[in-house]
Amino acid sequence: MSNSHSPSTIEIVNRNLAVRYARERRFRRLGLAAVLSGFAALIFLMVTIVGDGWRAFQQGYIELEINFDAEALEIDDPADDDQWQYADYTSLIRSALRERFPALQTRKEKKLLYSLVSPGADYQLANMLVENREWLGQVQRVRLPVDDDIDVLLKGYVDETLPEDERRISNAQIELVKGLKSSGEIALGFNHIFFTAGDSREPEQAGIRGALIGSFLTLVVTLSLSFPIAVAAAIYLEEFAPRNRITDIIEVNINNLAAVPSIVFGLLGLAVFLNLFGMPRSVPLVGGIVLTLMTLPTIIISSRAALKAVPPSIREAALGLGASKMQVIFHHVLPLALPGMLTGAIIGMAQALGETAPLLMIGMVAFIVDIPAGFTDPATVLPVQIFLWSDSPERGFVERTSAAIMVLLFFLIAMNAVAVLLRRRFERRW
Amino acid sequence: MSNPIKNPLAAEQLVADPVPSAGEPISMHPDADLSKTVGKIEVKNAKMSMRSVDVFYGDKQAIFDVNLDIARNEVIAMIGPSGCGKSTFLRCLNRMNDTIENCKVTGSVLLEGEDIYATKQDVVPLRAQVGMVFQKPNPFPKSIYDNVAYGPRIHGLAHSNVDLDEIVETSLQRAGLWSEVKDRLDQPGTGLSGGQQQRLCIARTIAVSPEVILMDEPCSALDPIATAKIEELIDELRSRFTIAIVTHSMQQAARVSNRTAYFHLGYLVEVGKTDDIFTNPNHKLTEDYITGRFG
Amino acid sequence: MPISTLFTVILLLLAVAFYAGQRKALGFRARAQTQALPFYHGAWFAVYLIAPACAVLAVWSLLDGVLIKSMVLQSLPAQFSGASDAERELLYSEVSRLAYSRFSSTNADALQGSVGTYMSLNATSLKIKYTLSAMVMLACGAWAWLRLQPAFNARVRFERVVLALLLGSACLAIFTTVGIVFSVLFEALRFFDTVPFHEFVFGTHWSPQMSIREDQVGSSGAFGAVPLFVGTLLISAIAMTVAVPLGLLSAIYLSEYASRSFRAWAKPALEVLAGIPTVVYGFFAAITVAPLLRGFGEMLGLSVASESALAAGLVMGVMIIPFVSSLSDDVINAVPQSLRDASYALGATRSETIRQVIIPAALPGIVGGILLAVSRAIGETMIVVMAAGLSANLTINPLEAVTTVTVQIVTLLVGDQEFDSPKTLAAFALGLMLFVTTLCLNVIALKVVRKYREQYD
Repeated sequence: MSNSHSPSTIEIVNRNLAVRYARERRFRRLGLAAVLSGFAALIFLMVTIVGDGWRAFQQGYIELEINFDAEALEIDDPADDDQWQYADYTSLIRSALRERFPALQTRKEKKLLYSLVSPGADYQLANMLVENREWLGQVQRVRLPVDDDIDVLLKGYVDETLPEDERRISNAQIELVKGLKSSGEIALGFNHIFFTAGDSREPEQAGIRGALIGSFLTLVVTLSLSFPIAVAAAIYLEEFAPRNRITDIIEVNINNLAAVPSIVFGLLGLAVFLNLFGMPRSVPLVGGIVLTLMTLPTIIISSRAALKAVPPSIREAALGLGASKMQVIFHHVLPLALPGMLTGAIIGMAQALGETAPLLMIGMVAFIVDIPAGFTDPATVLPVQIFLWSDSPERGFVERTSAAIMVLLFFLIAMNAVAVLLRRRFERRW
Repeated sequence: MSNPIKNPLAAEQLVADPVPSAGEPISMHPDADLSKTVGKIEVKNAKMSMRSVDVFYGDKQAIFDVNLDIARNEVIAMIGPSGCGKSTFLRCLNRMNDTIENCKVTGSVLLEGEDIYATKQDVVPLRAQVGMVFQKPNPFPKSIYDNVAYGPRIHGLAHSNVDLDEIVETSLQRAGLWSEVKDRLDQPGTGLSGGQQQRLCIARTIAVSPEVILMDEPCSALDPIATAKIEELIDELRSRFTIAIVTHSMQQAARVSNRTAYFHLGYLVEVGKTDDIFTNPNHKLTEDYITGRFG
Repeated sequence: MPISTLFTVILLLLAVAFYAGQRKALGFRARAQTQALPFYHGAWFAVYLIAPACAVLAVWSLLDGVLIKSMVLQSLPAQFSGASDAERELLYSEVSRLAYSRFSSTNADALQGSVGTYMSLNATSLKIKYTLSAMVMLACGAWAWLRLQPAFNARVRFERVVLALLLGSACLAIFTTVGIVFSVLFEALRFFDTVPFHEFVFGTHWSPQMSIREDQVGSSGAFGAVPLFVGTLLISAIAMTVAVPLGLLSAIYLSEYASRSFRAWAKPALEVLAGIPTVVYGFFAAITVAPLLRGFGEMLGLSVASESALAAGLVMGVMIIPFVSSLSDDVINAVPQSLRDASYALGATRSETIRQVIIPAALPGIVGGILLAVSRAIGETMIVVMAAGLSANLTINPLEAVTTVTVQIVTLLVGDQEFDSPKTLAAFALGLMLFVTTLCLNVIALKVVRKYREQYD
């Protein structure tokens, strides 16, 4: 304590102050640095994804004069749809290319020429003709997607200074494309295939429509199962459950399930739904059920919070009028708690939409070209599609993966925005 | 409400209730009554001195133009009905109000002639000089020893462990807790009884050897025996420290303080020698309060 | 009948039944005093008309597959009688594919009979299913219809049904847990029949692919899971080294230092990191971070594997930051203001108060949060599947490729599986380890956090 020999308290305090404040500033800066590095990671991720992905919304197209010659197509019976669908459109494209470049005659040169157009372009051509049947016998200028290597070249990803044998595209091809580009016959345009096609081995033919519809169907199953069940469970636990061991066990169970790794739910789905009950693989129905089990705890927990937020005075008022407990809950408490529950459900759905691992377990990882039409059709979902494409080495797939991620993030952000709006709109202070 | 005629017990109660005197509701006293403090606010050679202190919480004004001096080594009690601003005023004296968002203090608060709200004033040394004991005992969830040693440690007051041991022992002795806890200094401070916890908090405050100690209703959470011990302690501490204590118990104010200040609705209504205030209040409001008209 | 049609039919029946019940109640309500509103009569009648029939339908649908399978397998021609379980499994799927698609196989002719049996059994089953359901519906409906009387308290009865429904929904959580335990445990035990438990838990060599060699009896590959455990722990450790300091410091900064307006947008912005799907992180780790790290390593003269543990761990750490930070934020805010006041009143600076009072006081809660984060890191799948390797190296060098439990589960189970091979069953054994580990972590963490909350409530 202070006495005449030693310095007084305040003197000691003041002497140490500079050091202490330096420490204070360091600590504060450390905290700020932590927050900023979180942001930096987020921004880095977003910039890479968008930087890679925005190009996938464009696609190189080549304009060709196609002669829809009925004889060449061997369509002799216009009533037979199979004839239209399965005609030899590839040779149509090839002859159009040859006519455009009559000078290229050798096998090698022709091969070079054919490599300009996407190997799946005959499919587009078939669709065009089926939709415009009057074109048969006419010459039409059509735009067809170019091959992914040419697409990559158009987007400027090809380093032309590299030696020729180290790139996927030859000098002759580059010359050819440059010529067509300057005449406007090859140009970048909006990539509608990406939004209208299913999966494909060719990047330029691959789209996310199948995956989007698969995701939609799966979410429909998940929402229509998990929301009612979660609300029912929340009502029971919050309003009816007696305080006893069983209720305790249920509660602990729910909290634990919320933290169980998602892949374990996949194992459950595989062992019980596929192997025990013999449900089909790769279908949205099973995917939806598995995701239901996974999202249930989240929605139950938020639904209970919403029920808790309804003040007891409302219950008492209704009970006082002679309503049964069930009537009190369904007529008064539930409507008031519903916005909060919906918010929880949307967040649960966002979680389900982004989930991949459990769906791999139940076979939704197959290569599926067809667009699913029902709950029991083989399908894949958007995150799984991203996973599948991310494995492909082609530049075109890297950019499409990023684009698919952008679409996925768009939906997630939209869902969360709706949740936030809902919360704002119905937030009530009692 | 039940009909008093049908319920004889209730009727009896009604009659037994003192008939409210002609006095208007407290809030209706004319403002002229409040704005000027009755009694002598100045003291010679003041330890702390407040002039024209206003406190705002956002738009709401909580303290109106308070002028008051606190003398060296005196115990000054601040009393008044709840919500009168006495705690707010106390927290101005070591700038604890800084921790509350949107709280603004104007006017001057001088400690030894230095304005503690001056821009160059630093709250850290200020609070080392003006310590505070709170309403609810709030020991840290640490050992008894670490609780008391916390202040000296952060301020670097001890040169060695021996020094620190000595500070802890002296502080606990001064707080009258040493004999009760000397064998269990390593046990958590939260394990003590309420009264012991509060004395631990006092020991923790005096371990930094502050010049002024602010006490914000230090006994309101304690039982009468613990309260008596704290009051005894305050009496012993007055020789070393200047103490400002907020209390809602008039008996406590009468027992421990030299001077008493009466606050009402954010105004300092009356201040004076404790004996005078309690035997012969000059202001109508003070009189009403100490005679138990309201509180 | 497709599921959507079935649903429409059921919904229609419900509506009709409800309407009929209500009408009947309205009718007798005009004549006599009733115990409940017509609404409840309608609702109760609808439930009793439809629910038992639906239950019959559901049970039959779940069981008929198993029944038909065993009957078809018994009807297999003599030439397949020596087939093993796995082969019979394949034969059955061949039969079902032959029955319903243009698929054809070498066995098509031999299986002709079985295909016929299969199709006729299916048709019969379908007939029985719908007939039985209809009969149950009529019986229950008639019984319920007769009970709809003025004296019948339909409200109490209906509310009892609803309560049972609510209870059932709440119990679904228990069923799910039981389902997980049984599905994982059952297959894992089958796995431990072929591979001893101690070999699995203590063995240091993992190469399940060897089990493909069929003729070698007893040679079922190497299933020593230690490299997987070490790999999982290594990646989790890297993730936690990133996430714990960053998350904790962020939480401290946001709750103790940041201005209100900064906090208002910084907190949700940080939480965006938690909302990004893991598959996106996996892609980011594999395509962007891993090459960056390798390039960086080359600059320093280090050899970094292209699927290094470091890349996966770093990105996983970023993913967990908001998790740690929001949990820490909760517990830091739960520390009572009075403790902060006490510290400030003694003249402590903010950082002294945080480091010496708030953090020690919040420590149990923070530890609980970290345990939850660890459990999440261990169970995280997509990031490691995409960014960590498949090679089971037993190493703690973060620059090398390691594999994890979840990666192996995915690799073993994705693609064509024979359900009985030790290879597939190993995935369930790994799943069991994963489930048990994370369950223990969660239980401990939730207990710690709850205790902590009670301390300051």
